[in-house]
Order: sequence, then structure tokens, then C-alpha cells
Amino acid sequence: MTVELTFREYQDGLEQGKLLGLYCGECGAVTVPPQAVCSECGSRKLKIGEVEKKGIIKTFTVIRIAAEGMTPPFIIAMVETYSGAWVMGNIIDMDADSADMDLMGKEVIIDSRQVKGDVYSYGDIHSIVFKLV
Amino acid sequence: MREVAILGAEMTKFGIYDKTNVELFSEAGLGAIEKSNIEPDKIEALFFGNCMGDFEEGQLHMASFAHSAIGLKKSAPALRFESACATATVAIRNAALLVGAGVYDIVLAGGSERANAMGTPLATRTFAMASHALYETPLGITFPGVFGMATHMYSEKYNIPLDELKRHMAEVAVKNHFHGVNNPKAHLRKEITVEKVLSGMMVADPLQLLDCCPFSDGSAAVVIADAKTAKDLIKKPVYIAGMGQAASGPLYYQKDITRVKSREISIKKAYKEAGITPSDIDVCELHDCFTIAEIFALEGFGFYEFGKGYDAATKGETRFGGKVVVNPSGGLKSKGHPIGATGAAQVTEIAEQLREESGPRQVEGAKIGLVDTLGGDFGTVCNIILRR
Ligand SMILES: [Zn+2]
Repeated sequence: MTVELTFREYQDGLEQGKLLGLYCGECGAVTVPPQAVCSECGSRKLKIGEVEKKGIIKTFTVIRIAAEGMTPPFIIAMVETYSGAWVMGNIIDMDADSADMDLMGKEVIIDSRQVKGDVYSYGDIHSIVFKLV
Repeated sequence: MREVAILGAEMTKFGIYDKTNVELFSEAGLGAIEKSNIEPDKIEALFFGNCMGDFEEGQLHMASFAHSAIGLKKSAPALRFESACATATVAIRNAALLVGAGVYDIVLAGGSERANAMGTPLATRTFAMASHALYETPLGITFPGVFGMATHMYSEKYNIPLDELKRHMAEVAVKNHFHGVNNPKAHLRKEITVEKVLSGMMVADPLQLLDCCPFSDGSAAVVIADAKTAKDLIKKPVYIAGMGQAASGPLYYQKDITRVKSREISIKKAYKEAGITPSDIDVCELHDCFTIAEIFALEGFGFYEFGKGYDAATKGETRFGGKVVVNPSGGLKSKGHPIGATGAAQVTEIAEQLREESGPRQVEGAKIGLVDTLGGDFGTVCNIILRR
């Protein structure tokens, strides 16, 4: 058993502007970000495919007291992509202080940006960002 | 499985300490051993909880040093447990499982934590390490942030205006501080008001400072033995009636984070093992790391329908004199939350309640008590039901 889509390959996808997911041959669910088995049913019958980079904001927060190395305030959201998979990312094209419940249900475009790793992390990585449509 | 009991249980006062993790654990561990009417050499294994000793004191493999510091015998293995905020509950559950299985007769379980040694920025960074390090932490997520997102989702899902929900959440904090005033071991032993909660500094929208539990230092420990050994040693053993534990992975796979799936699975198993229903619980220590978290737990236990538990504190149903006394110790909110020790302190409180040793905060006639501890961003929940 080898992992179908590794963290590194998923990262390369983001760098090339692609959101890669795993399509389940058993239940049809899409797993993003990747892992060894389907996030919904546990099946190992998975095929790599692109996921449409759009979705709906399901919830958000504004971080005002941040961990070491981060500069608040900034917005974090959970987004349901049209594939059914949920992803977490930062909303980057609006002022954090103007974030309120009106964001709920808003459509976003999914992209990525490079985030510098700190001494405790895996290293520099591409992480998800959202822009309001 | 043999029946398993809690013997001596002890916690340090929670707060801010210069004492080391091992020193704090020495006080709690030896206290629990003394209350069990045994000497340290009777302990057959140490199940020691600690999350971040490497960042707090540069100390890995702390279990072995804690073991030596309280004079346990060399043939008693020392194990370190880490399940984020559920650490000590998981250590106690696993100790109870092995005692139940007959592997050991007497085990010491508990934990210690000193988050204040790190200062708030590094403490916040290390706590965030319990979120997914590749897909959540790099976004700058914090635990208040996770529960802030869950609060917004709850408000939207059940169509409760955020302002209204926040007042009810503030009532949870007010209630737990009210309870904590009667607990000499509580970290924040003072009453607060709804207005004070709602005027606090914003930490992660919509959670304000007093929606959040403090970073605390402290330790707690319990001695666990088979029922027969327990009855020979102490007058009032408290028995483990049922336990549960479940895991539910990263936040983005959980999707609807108003429902803590790991808790729903864990509590169902604990109820079944104990042969009880939610209405049989007399007293409960649950994981109120944030005000909204208490509401989620009340619903997860089946005390309230989903979407209906938000005003329980406002209605006085979770106070003394209410339907079920929730967090008589003051909870994580007032008593404090040294994450590696929290679960053992919850077990200590419930054990004392069932022995009628809780003084001014005694829940009268309490016969069955529930412990609930949540680890990480809902990734682990562990429940222990105790009875007289
Ligand atoms: Zn599947």
C-alpha cells in the first residue's frame, strides 16, 4: 500500500495553481487535503483528481491573540467546496475588523500562498487562502 | 473485566508556580498515595500525563523522573501520556483498563503541566501544535479560534442571533466562577458578571477573554485498584461504572463542528457500560475550556437536544439546585486548566463529591458522577462515569 497523493505532491499542485483531491471509488466522496484513505468511508480505492477551486464559507473567526510569529488580526474560515470536501484557509482580501456574520454562506475562490515555517514546523509550505467572489 | 475503583485522589491548587512539574506531581501523587493508606512501593505502574514539558522545562521522558521523585519501585514501569487537553483522563482510563484486565492491582495515574513557564505567545504556539500541523496550524489557528468558528456555526445553524447566544455563553462563565469561589484550589477564585464577560478583550471572534479558561499550572493524581484491594484499603472507594473514548481526526474532515462526534461515540459507550441514561447523572465535571464548549457537552451527553442547550446556565439548570450540577469545582474556567493534569482533577472532584467530602460545594446525595474531557480540536474525547 503506497499513499496515492502525498503531502509533497499536494503541495506541488497548490504551487501550480491546482487543488488536488482524492476521488473515492466506493462512496464518491472527495478527500482534501489528502490522506491514505477516504475521509468519509475509509476506502483505499482513491483516484487523484482536480477539485474546483470554489466554495461557500461555512464558518470563520478573527484571530486577535495570535501564536508566536503571527501578526493579528487575521481571518480563518472553513469552506465547503462544491465537491463536498471542506478546507480551512485564511480570507485575505478583506479587512479583518470588518468580518462579521454576513460572511456566512458567501462564495469564495480558493487559492494558496506560501507560508514561512518556524523552527518547530515542517518548513515553508503552501497554505489555502480564500478570496470573496 | 474486574471491577475497578478510585482510591486516594489529590490535586495541587491550580495557578501559577515556580515549582517544577515533577515537584507539583510529587505533591499530588504522594497525596493520593497517602489517602490510599499505602506506601509508594505498592504502586505497580505510573501512568503520567504531560503535554509540553519539553517546551516548559526542556524535559522529555518526564514520567521516569516523576517515578523516581516519589520513590516508586524500579519494577513499576513509568509511561508518559499525551492526548492534548484530555491527557490525564486518557491516562486514568488506560490504567483502569489494565487493572480491570488483571495486569496490575494498584496503579498511580495523573499528570502535571506548567504552561505559564512558556509565556502567552509560546504557550499559544505550543497549544496550536495540537491542531493539524500541516493544514490548520500554518493558518494561525488557535484553540479560541477553533471554538470561535464553532460558535459562529452554532449561531447560524440554530438561528440564534450571535448577541443573544453570547449572553447565554457569558452565563456559563458566570456560573462556573460562582461555583469556583467555593473551591480553595481554584486558579481564578472570584465571581464575575455577564457585563464583565461581554466587555472583555476579544481573543478570537466571537470569544472574549472571559469566555476562555486560563493557562494554569498544577498537578493531580489518583490511585486506581481492583475493587477487592480497594475495599481492604479505604472506607469509601468510588467505583468506575463505565468509560468511553473516541477519536475524530482533523477539523476539516469533521465538517459540522457544532457536533463533537468523538464525544457522541464516547459517551454512548460509557452510558452502556454503566447501564445508565443521561438523567441518572447527579453531578458532572465537563470540559468547559470555552463557554461554548460547555453548551456542546451538555448537548452531546443528551442532557439537552442539539441546539437547545445554549440557555441551560441562564435558566439555572446547571447550577447548584438545578437539574444536574455542572462543574461544581468551577470547571476549567475558574478552577483552571493545566492540560496534562485537568482530567485527573476532574476525577478528583467527582470522587470527592461521591464520598461527600466536598464541603460547601457538596452536591447533596450525589451517587453517580460524570467526567468529560476533550482533547485537541475535538480529536479526542474521554468519559469516565463514577458511582458510590
Ligand atoms: Zn469513500
